[in-house]
Amino acid sequence: MVGYLARRLLSALGILLLISLFTYVIFFLLSPDPAVLICGKTCTPDRIDQIRGTLGLDQPFWVQFWDFLRGFFVGRTYGDGASAVSCPAPCLGFSFQTNRSVTEMIETRLPVSATVALGAAVLWLLAGVGAGLLSAVKQGTWWDRGAMMFALGGISLPNYFVALILQYVLVVQMQILPFPSAVPFGEDPVRWFQSYLMPWLVLAFGYAAVYARLVRANVLDTLGENFLRTARAKGLSGRLILRRHALRPSLTPVVTMFGMDFAGLLGGALITETVFGLNGVGKLAADSIAKNDQPVIMGVTLLAAFFVVIGNVIVDITYTFLDPRVRIATR
Amino acid sequence: MSAVPSDLAVQVTRPGVSPQGGAPRPAGRIVSALRSSPSVLLSAAFLVFVVLLALAAPLLVGLVGWGPYDFDKNAIDSDLGGIPRGALGGVSAEHWFGVEPQNGRDIFIRIAFGAQVSLLIAVSATIMSMILGVGLGVLAGYHGGWVDQVISRVMDFLMAFPSLIFMIALLSALPAGNRPVLLVIVLSIFSWPYTARVIRGQTMTLRNREFVEAAVASGANSARIVFREVLPNLRGTIIVLATLAVPGFIGTEAGLSFLGVGVTPPTPSWGQMIATAVGWYAVDPMYFLIPGTFLFLTVLSFTILGDHLRKQFDGRDVA
Repeated sequence: MVGYLARRLLSALGILLLISLFTYVIFFLLSPDPAVLICGKTCTPDRIDQIRGTLGLDQPFWVQFWDFLRGFFVGRTYGDGASAVSCPAPCLGFSFQTNRSVTEMIETRLPVSATVALGAAVLWLLAGVGAGLLSAVKQGTWWDRGAMMFALGGISLPNYFVALILQYVLVVQMQILPFPSAVPFGEDPVRWFQSYLMPWLVLAFGYAAVYARLVRANVLDTLGENFLRTARAKGLSGRLILRRHALRPSLTPVVTMFGMDFAGLLGGALITETVFGLNGVGKLAADSIAKNDQPVIMGVTLLAAFFVVIGNVIVDITYTFLDPRVRIATR
Repeated sequence: MSAVPSDLAVQVTRPGVSPQGGAPRPAGRIVSALRSSPSVLLSAAFLVFVVLLALAAPLLVGLVGWGPYDFDKNAIDSDLGGIPRGALGGVSAEHWFGVEPQNGRDIFIRIAFGAQVSLLIAVSATIMSMILGVGLGVLAGYHGGWVDQVISRVMDFLMAFPSLIFMIALLSALPAGNRPVLLVIVLSIFSWPYTARVIRGQTMTLRNREFVEAAVASGANSARIVFREVLPNLRGTIIVLATLAVPGFIGTEAGLSFLGVGVTPPTPSWGQMIATAVGWYAVDPMYFLIPGTFLFLTVLSFTILGDHLRKQFDGRDVA
């Protein structure tokens, strides 16, 4: 188990390193010269050279990449003398457009994204797993058809479209909710709830649809297995069979999906945050793309990759507890 | 199944006995199919409609009298900030779906041209990711060993990527160039592993089946086995995966265009039309409802068709 854990973490670290290299190469090779962007319109060749020197852009690629990696662990300083800019320990780069370190920008916005992800996750797990179970147990009835129709809608409706409809109906027409703006919980809990309600609903709808379909298919698959026929032959009641025998094998795949989806959302719900104007990591990414603020785009990409890779590791470890077959295989 | 030599086939239908009821008339067949699964038929009909709309878009310009980039100053009210004149976003005999606020471009013709862009990108991306996914999946599953190791690790790596954010970062870093082509390339790079994973697994099981062993024993080389024995058996899976990939690509393309890194204005794409409508949603809801509804119905139709095909091939419900 310890060996497995170590192997798993090591490979996760390798993937993260590869992803950061990959990202760095793409931004290094493809994007327009950041020095020119920072310099702006009133620019002289001398000034560009100076900025290149400050950013370390005159160094060869490997030196730049090494500086970036080292900056993450020990921090780094751009330039020297009076104009020096320091970027403390987990340094993901420095945005010269806004004059702030990328880490700091992400830190201030992460709570918003986490709130969006957490609330949506609670809703979609309840709705998705519930609807999936219901339609599997009542297979072929109108319950089943209704739930699956709902799921089809959730899969096919783009979330920004749902967001616009909700906003139009609830805010403009019926005026039940105020325009969303990320109000901190401590300031006004009611406003806080109102401002996050629509993003939660929009995100949860899309994910719940996928989960409902997955759970339904899994439960139906499991109900056809031999060990459940044995349980039925023993004379167990339908409800007991479902609770004792069918639920566990059919819900373990949900754990995998949930881990990945939730981790992905922590790195920012780009579209939802943008539509509702919530200042989370996703909106930070979208705004930085619009301004071509590369250090920030790269920082957010790496953060998202980090969450997904770590989520993957956590899922794998959870699996060894949930599924005895995996536990034996990893020994 | 591998093709059974036809001279060994047993003739099952006895001659002289006609099937009961005679051949069904075409109309009767459509009615009975519609009765057994109306959603599938309606989906197919809607997709045919959208494809026709996309193909006929240049011809429709002559019919409706407006091109996708023509401004109509008379259809908008410049005193009210440029919102369309008349009810429902300016729906009239002249503009069937109304006009865009501020510039008065005809929404119907832009939907038609947008269908062209969206379908072209989605179908090209599907073809490319299927070629990559099936090719590499069969290679990994059939060859095994180090080839499988390398391909599988690349797949793991690509699937661990936060693909949406990365696609956006990539597209924003890439020089403008030919957007639709870039979109197709980026979409296929991040989607082929999902196809390859399924194909690889199925190829591994197929490789151990008796008919492949028989082909090996009869001296067939690898290429012949792959093309004559393995690929025909993967046909059903490929059709299902492709049908379900198209709506995914349509949605992702629309999402990327919505975020401003996809198809660039003034070229219309459904997602980008919705993005421009965001600023107007409160005063002119029709502007986002029309492209949104088209996007929704197209994705829905493809998904229903894909689900149906999978049920036909697998005999089980979808996840």
